[in-house]
Amino acid sequence: MRRRLGDSIFAFVVFLAAFAVIALMALMVYELLRQSLPSIEQFGARFLISREWDPVNNVYGALPYIYGTIVSSLLALLMAVPLSLGIAIFLSQFAPRWLRSPLGLLVDLLAAIPSVVYGLWGIFVLAPFLGKTIEPFLADHLGSIPVFRGPVYGVGLFAASVVLAIMITPTISAISREAMLNVSRDQKEAAQALGATPWETVRMSVLPLARPGIIGAVILGLGRALGETMAVTMLIGNVRQLNASIFAPAYSIASVIANEFAEVTEGPHMAALVEMALILLFITLLLNLLARLLVQRTGNRAARLKGRPFAKNRP
Amino acid sequence: MAGYIATNNLGASFGGVQAIENITFEIPANKVTAIIGPSGCGKSTFLRCLTRMHELVPGARISGEVVWDGKNIYASEMDATEVRRGIGMVFQKPNPFPLMSVADNVSAGLRLAAGRMSKARIAEIVERSLKLAALWDEVRNKLHKPGGSLSGGQQQRLCIARALAVQPDVILMDEPCSALDPASTQKIEDTIDKLKKSYTFVIVTHNMQQAARVSDFSGFMLSQEMGEPGRMIEYGPTNKIFTTPERKETENYITGRFG
Repeated sequence: MRRRLGDSIFAFVVFLAAFAVIALMALMVYELLRQSLPSIEQFGARFLISREWDPVNNVYGALPYIYGTIVSSLLALLMAVPLSLGIAIFLSQFAPRWLRSPLGLLVDLLAAIPSVVYGLWGIFVLAPFLGKTIEPFLADHLGSIPVFRGPVYGVGLFAASVVLAIMITPTISAISREAMLNVSRDQKEAAQALGATPWETVRMSVLPLARPGIIGAVILGLGRALGETMAVTMLIGNVRQLNASIFAPAYSIASVIANEFAEVTEGPHMAALVEMALILLFITLLLNLLARLLVQRTGNRAARLKGRPFAKNRP
Repeated sequence: MAGYIATNNLGASFGGVQAIENITFEIPANKVTAIIGPSGCGKSTFLRCLTRMHELVPGARISGEVVWDGKNIYASEMDATEVRRGIGMVFQKPNPFPLMSVADNVSAGLRLAAGRMSKARIAEIVERSLKLAALWDEVRNKLHKPGGSLSGGQQQRLCIARALAVQPDVILMDEPCSALDPASTQKIEDTIDKLKKSYTFVIVTHNMQQAARVSDFSGFMLSQEMGEPGRMIEYGPTNKIFTTPERKETENYITGRFG
């Protein structure tokens, strides 16, 4: 009797814990929806495509912020994914044993640095460096492409993306490394026995089987980049504009919320900011869901084919 | 002849533990040579040394020589990937590339080798290799299905076809049937029998009936005590090893007194 009572209490407690997550999520969405309702009612879909953001006349549109968020995150991925895959491949396949843990730890430590520190470093070191070297170089040589055209400030979309890339590299490389370590030795030997070089072995055996894990890693990194506030706010320039050049200053959803929430109390401005939060949440959720589907589809296929049982009778 | 391999005083260790020692052995070309012996006697290690697979394990060391085609494969000027192309290997557990199609599995080694081949030429080799491995009839309509979708026995024949496609001189097999049912085992043994005219086979097996059925020559390996390195105790024509072995240990093993 006593045990059964204990069991039901335990079951109730764990149910409560699980339920709390759902309740929190639901409450958050509810609250965001409730508070942004005035803005949603007033601007409708125009909110998503308008560039206006005028607290004096109470006209709001989120496009420059959505643009800044998405472009800075995608640019960050563009830089972080090759770097992270390089790190993961080296750590899982090529690094001598004594180097694996210290190097892996060092990469993991990058994730422990507070984002405000990244931001400071970005402002005082990275942005001036980019503004003096890489950005002018790119503008001089690839200036015919609009993306690389225009004046160079240092601080801007590009600088924010570089810092974001550094910040998401530990996430992507650590998870990809795990996925690559999980590829079994006999799969690698299959390629090696055919005369594959180390790189060919990675391409033929390791990457295809680690792919679901790598996709998951990339999506997690992207999620982090989309929501990153402090470092981006310090580096993106906080100028509400749509400019084709990646060197131009821009603005992001998280930054505008952080910069403006202190100055507003209620009214349309507040509703507009909350709607921005809702949009950010929505983008992040959507991407996560998409990633999960992607991972599930390729992952299931891989697991099904890898785990196929052999005939059981041994002669 | 290109399929002839001789080892000279071959030894191998992992992380300081000597697995095999002092093995001087000859593998005649275009014959099937079986390596038999109890578990832990270093048969698999010996086999892996013949195509430079042993060195891929961290902490592995090799001493002595393996002479193939007149050259020591461990000589500094030899390229390990080149050796592995000429001396193919089939593993105990079937290991096709599970997500790659059946056809791509077979042509994987071809696509690695330098120089571009026409699609038609590749398709031709794929078909020929699958026919040689006695798998063509079963997979001719599934060439675009993933390799992992085949049954265990089919997967192992797919691995044989993959090894054959690069036209090696020698094919090493490490207990190729131990994970398979008797019907699949039969198919693989038939395949070996059919192919031995043009390839040299070395097959490690636990199964003495199998050694007796498929091999022309046999080598008996034994590690005298637990933890002792394995040595080649005796080798010769299979029927001699199985009927009138010279060494007592061989006779004991063959007659089932241990192992």
